[in-house]
Amino acid sequence: MTDKNALLAGGGGAMAGRSWKEVDLRAVAPFVALALLLVFGAATSANFLSTENLLNVLARSAFTAIIAVGATFVISAGGLDLSVGSMVAFVASLMILFMNTAIIANPVLMLTAGIAFALVIGALCGLANGLIITGGRIEPFIATLGTMGIFRGLTTWLSQGGAINLKSSTIEDIYRPAYFGTVLGVPVPIMIIVITAIVGAFLLHRTAYGRHVAAIGSNPDVARYSGVSISRVRTLTYVIQGVCVAIAVLLYVPRLGSTSATTGLMWELQAITAVVVGGTALRGGVGRIWGTICGAFILEVVSNIMVLSNIASEYLIGAIQGAIIIIAMLVQRSLIRKS
Amino acid sequence: MKKTILGLVLAAATATATAVAGMAHAAETHVTIGVSVPAADHGWTAGVVYHAERVAKLLMAEHPGLKIIVKTSPNATSQANVLEDLTTEGINALVILPTDPDPLVNAIKAVKAQHIFVTLVDRAPSDNDQSVRDLYVAGNNRALGSVAGEYVKTHTPDAKVVVIRGLPIPIDQVRQDGFNAAITGSNVKVLGREYGNWSRDDAFNVMQDFLSKFPKIDVVWCQDDDMAVGVQQAIKQAKRTDIKYIIGGAGSSEMIKKVMGGDKMIPVDVLYPPAMIGTAMILTVANFYDQVPVRGSYTMDATLVTKQNATGYYFPDSPY
Repeated sequence: MTDKNALLAGGGGAMAGRSWKEVDLRAVAPFVALALLLVFGAATSANFLSTENLLNVLARSAFTAIIAVGATFVISAGGLDLSVGSMVAFVASLMILFMNTAIIANPVLMLTAGIAFALVIGALCGLANGLIITGGRIEPFIATLGTMGIFRGLTTWLSQGGAINLKSSTIEDIYRPAYFGTVLGVPVPIMIIVITAIVGAFLLHRTAYGRHVAAIGSNPDVARYSGVSISRVRTLTYVIQGVCVAIAVLLYVPRLGSTSATTGLMWELQAITAVVVGGTALRGGVGRIWGTICGAFILEVVSNIMVLSNIASEYLIGAIQGAIIIIAMLVQRSLIRKS
Repeated sequence: MKKTILGLVLAAATATATAVAGMAHAAETHVTIGVSVPAADHGWTAGVVYHAERVAKLLMAEHPGLKIIVKTSPNATSQANVLEDLTTEGINALVILPTDPDPLVNAIKAVKAQHIFVTLVDRAPSDNDQSVRDLYVAGNNRALGSVAGEYVKTHTPDAKVVVIRGLPIPIDQVRQDGFNAAITGSNVKVLGREYGNWSRDDAFNVMQDFLSKFPKIDVVWCQDDDMAVGVQQAIKQAKRTDIKYIIGGAGSSEMIKKVMGGDKMIPVDVLYPPAMIGTAMILTVANFYDQVPVRGSYTMDATLVTKQNATGYYFPDSPY
């Protein structure tokens, strides 16, 4: 009866309070899982909580985290992108090959051009995915499975199956701090994760575009009747994904200065897992950027704990990682049910 | 009646074919060799394709009547088709590095049944005998491990070693067994082993974690040149000076170059050379041109590449 009254009242104080609580718990759940993992890590290894180790782990989760920010948009809108791992390899290879041409003599300008080039290529790859899906009316799963093969194949062709190395050691030296450098003691990749997430969260939660993304994800028909251009909104989610892949590439290239056949292999699954572990529904409609970032941290922390601790032989690591991810999800579920 | 005529025609055709073949043989110049290798899908197979094409050119320049056809296949099914096509084109010998040996056994046997000389390279099926091939050329995974183990034992007798493994498959296990056997009874201690999946990025991550976990590491054995790239970056980032050296493996141009240049962190490399496809091709050609017996098994050493001999294994143009 009180519920009904509250509903009829059109969202009184009590109702608003309750829905806030609900949202909070759902959003907080991944962080609770991460906190439990940190406790577990500290209990199993003496070195786990060292600043150096934690910064390493956060820094290298940058690839998954940044790609997963884009994937949060795609998945919230009811789509899926399986091509991101291959796209990383493709964009990174093109970026290195472009910088190897040395068409600009000044290394700083060449690097700047390389960065702009990577962002444009990333956006174009995403646009291609979006147009194939919306224009061609092909299921995202199949369309991006196709482009996954195309990006991977083109990369293998460009490298003749081998590795592509950055030739100029001057550029490598200038560029290296983009992954290994720190600003006020915080590694650059971590800053980039935070900036990407802030921009992503603003776009998804505070703009009309973000509301349209969630709307077409939860019910495309209703969204269409409300005058939302589904094709445009959906295509743009893939462009955002492409740009996020390019940002990840900008951190990837300075780390090893090379790409190889294993670059980005299976990263699409990592990204999708981070999104789902972070509380975004795979069926679309709800997106949680900060949850996604937390999901990426969870994945990286799990594999870090596996190497640091002596819980299991190297043969069992895959099994234990799988189990921990499922347990983390169960913890979240039980929290949400209690609310 | 019809059958008899058909039989006669067939017999005549066969006789003509044999005569033609006989004439060709008498001239002793025209030999066609089919080389079937996996497509260049990672560093090592990219090296195989590179060396197959390189050695094919060398051999054809040396023997004017020799024709070598190099074909690449992404998987066992398409490789089986390539074998059929090559047989139809008419080859005298087949040099094959199978994508996956067991599913291809029957296809290879079918080629051999046509009296075509078969050379099998590296990846052997479970029953690897004369019924499948005439010549077998292979690398030595156990030695790849034991040569590295011997080097560590000799040069750093009390070393604390971290091991980065490849993927959980038999080749990797054999390499580990070789390494373990070599260091048994010595003071060399393995601190930890983890899989790096033969990936630069995974090796980087594993090495970062090893560096956090162990305050003192003397040697990294990562048995693969690709993974050595990631390991080096992780050590550089941590600014750790306790690590004396890294041993990779296979013989990529990138790592051989470092050995040549006297890089302190990469003093040696252990060969598991993709150029073995060239060895197989040269032995196969010798069978036709040089009248030397070549049938049998040829297992290569896992040669230790040092600063002294590195130039002999350096291919600056190779993708691997």
